[in-house]
Amino acid sequence: MSASFLHDALIYLATAVIFVPIAKRMGMGSVLGYLIGGIIIGPFFLGFVGEEGKDIMHFAEFGVVMMLFLIGLELEPATFWRMRKLILGTGIMQMGATTLLCFAVLLLIGFTWQAALSCGLAVSMSSTAIVMQTLREKGLAKTQSGRSSFAVLLFQDISVIPILALLPLLAVSGVHNTSSGHASLMGGLPGWAQTLVLLAAANAVVLAGRFFFVPFLRFIARIRLRELFTAAALLIIIATADLMIIVGLSPALGTFLAGVVLANSEFRHELESDIEPFKGVLLGLFFIAVGASINFKLIVANPITVAFLVFGLMAIKAIVLFITGKLSRLSFDQNMIFTLGLSQVGEFAFVLFAFISQLNILSAHWTDMMMGATAISMTVTPLLLLANERVLLPRFGTKEIAEDKETDAIDARHPVIIAGFGHFGSTIGRFLRANGVNAVILDNDSDRVDILRKMGFKVFYGDATRLDILKCAGAEEARILIAAIDSPEINLSLVDTIKKEFPHLKIMVRAKSRLDAYELLDAGIENIYRESLDTSVRLGVDTLIALGFRKYSAVRAGQNFIKYDEAALSKLAKHRHEQEAYIFTTREQIEIQEQLLANDREANPTLYDHAWDSEPYAEKTSGDERGK
Amino acid sequence: MNKILILFAHPRFEKSKTSRALLKNIKQVDGVTLHDLYEEYPDFNIDVEREKELLLAHQIIVWHHPLYMYSAPALLKQWMDMVLEHGWAHGNRGNNLEDKIIFNALTIGGTKEAYTPGGHNKYTIREFLFSFEQTATLCKMIYLPPFAVHGTHRLTANDLKNYASLYQTLLAHLIQGNFNTEDMKKHFYLNDWLAEQGRNNS
Repeated sequence: MSASFLHDALIYLATAVIFVPIAKRMGMGSVLGYLIGGIIIGPFFLGFVGEEGKDIMHFAEFGVVMMLFLIGLELEPATFWRMRKLILGTGIMQMGATTLLCFAVLLLIGFTWQAALSCGLAVSMSSTAIVMQTLREKGLAKTQSGRSSFAVLLFQDISVIPILALLPLLAVSGVHNTSSGHASLMGGLPGWAQTLVLLAAANAVVLAGRFFFVPFLRFIARIRLRELFTAAALLIIIATADLMIIVGLSPALGTFLAGVVLANSEFRHELESDIEPFKGVLLGLFFIAVGASINFKLIVANPITVAFLVFGLMAIKAIVLFITGKLSRLSFDQNMIFTLGLSQVGEFAFVLFAFISQLNILSAHWTDMMMGATAISMTVTPLLLLANERVLLPRFGTKEIAEDKETDAIDARHPVIIAGFGHFGSTIGRFLRANGVNAVILDNDSDRVDILRKMGFKVFYGDATRLDILKCAGAEEARILIAAIDSPEINLSLVDTIKKEFPHLKIMVRAKSRLDAYELLDAGIENIYRESLDTSVRLGVDTLIALGFRKYSAVRAGQNFIKYDEAALSKLAKHRHEQEAYIFTTREQIEIQEQLLANDREANPTLYDHAWDSEPYAEKTSGDERGK
Repeated sequence: MNKILILFAHPRFEKSKTSRALLKNIKQVDGVTLHDLYEEYPDFNIDVEREKELLLAHQIIVWHHPLYMYSAPALLKQWMDMVLEHGWAHGNRGNNLEDKIIFNALTIGGTKEAYTPGGHNKYTIREFLFSFEQTATLCKMIYLPPFAVHGTHRLTANDLKNYASLYQTLLAHLIQGNFNTEDMKKHFYLNDWLAEQGRNNS
């Protein structure tokens, strides 16, 4: 390991550790933190990382490669099929219109038609990395805008394959620029042959996935060494990526395909949890590299051109996206998130621009300009979303606070705040309302907020972890806060905020799983409600009944099981800290399951039911009678 | 000093004027444990081990409940069925409750006259409580006459106050050990015994 590698790693990791928490504290999200960190350590400001920025970019692109592998993994054919209308409809609309408009504009400013077309295709890409990360962090992934964004991004990611196949056909001259140093097998082939090679490579990955990867993983899994499985997963990704580079294709695409193929195998979840941490770190690195690679010299030299380029591209994209959103009937708020969220030019554009310049379709100067514009647009996106959330939407969209402003009088009658009104929170809210308790609701899905307000609920719109919104919702006067947000992480951070800022509030928390419950127990929460407990036990009770158990005995068995399981939870929670400090979550999950199954044999609820058991009596009476 | 365990069973405590009046200041009384069964076990899933510990820790037990259909609310019956186990509370080796004192504290809608052979309810309260009395005997406990509040629907605020202080006086006697069970057993209600105590003192 060379000193310079360690040195670089030091700089990058330190940047992440310093800037991301600052950005988070300021409510900006991690992506912006990485990007700003990158800009600051980049050659233009501090110069910690210099001209080698492009090499780092290559290394960091591996984060994108992994992300696409994971996106591929999430792409079960069934899900895809269910979303097909959304994916095809919004996808074709967005890509088609954006490409056409950009094509027209670029043609007007003097590009050749080949260059205009290929650039149009490249800039129609948005950044899956930024958008998915941001939506997930804000807890918006499941809203309408989240679904539409995912659909569009998916369509874009998939269409990179045919675009890469098409580009060689647009190559102006048969002679290729080999000075870029990318010695690939495709180097000297004519356009049509390159297209063929590309399709063949894609098919090879699919076939390898089905007939080689899965048997290979089965073999590894049988050895039962966790780290070996992780190594195997990384090996598959790197091998695929490397193969693609040798052939001269985008490694991200290869792994995306590999992911899709493996999505149907039994290893899907295991692979996901194994690669997730690597992906996170490398993706962060990628964002830093994007920040660092912005060529400020070029920008300083042509400030107006670059500004126009960035503004023009983003405006075109935003207009098309807004219309697309309107057509797929997104409400104003959702549409704004969708529009601004996807308005940047994404990481695939880097890949495409590199390929375009390699094919001599576009001059090196313009390629640099385009790449610079891409990087800037990516940096601006989180800022735009922030501005949208703090400035635009509160003014023009769904109000954070409902119109009627008799705050004090209303708050006095709302002792309960429910954060998160999805399927879990809404049941609580309905139940409370049926019993005459009106709760204040906090939710960040504007569609839902609109409906609830129409139905007369008092709803605040926005991020429930924000102090100002909690104050508006009357956290200072309320007695109970119910944390029912879908994302365990957001729920946990909400709980932390409440404990710190409103210590008088009684907190009742929804926990998705046993592991979440442990985290909450560690945070000092007493009232934890596991989604996976009561309902599951009720189903189990009904199963016993269906098998012929007497109903009351089955119900009692259920009651006792819940009691026993909650006791076991707090017992195991303490025990948990005695184990290794860091264990992978899935393994932990399995170990807990094992422990539980072993202990459950002790939980024989009928032990307590001597009272109704007539056997001891029968013995006694018959004994007495014999005695008489 | 004796310790008293009040096993209170009322499914609609919040709506019961009489019960609230009787129990209003009970929690502050030293030596009294108020155990609100419907509050502790809304799902009827009684923690038998815990109940046994509570019983062992007290010398005097009170079944405090309204009279529903001439008996106790269902949860108190559930409590009796589950906690008073054979082999623990009764039977050859079931001696844990031996010589503990137990009685019913009742709130009753009907008047005392209604609970007479000629009255509306035909039988006396003591007759309706036979199953409690015999359960106590089975568990080798000393069963005292009930403390009763009759005609709860017609009680004035003043009546309620008087009954509450009467109940407190009774509990005070019991805590201080200031009583004779044989003497108490001669009376129909503990109210009568209390009245006699009052006369003797004055």
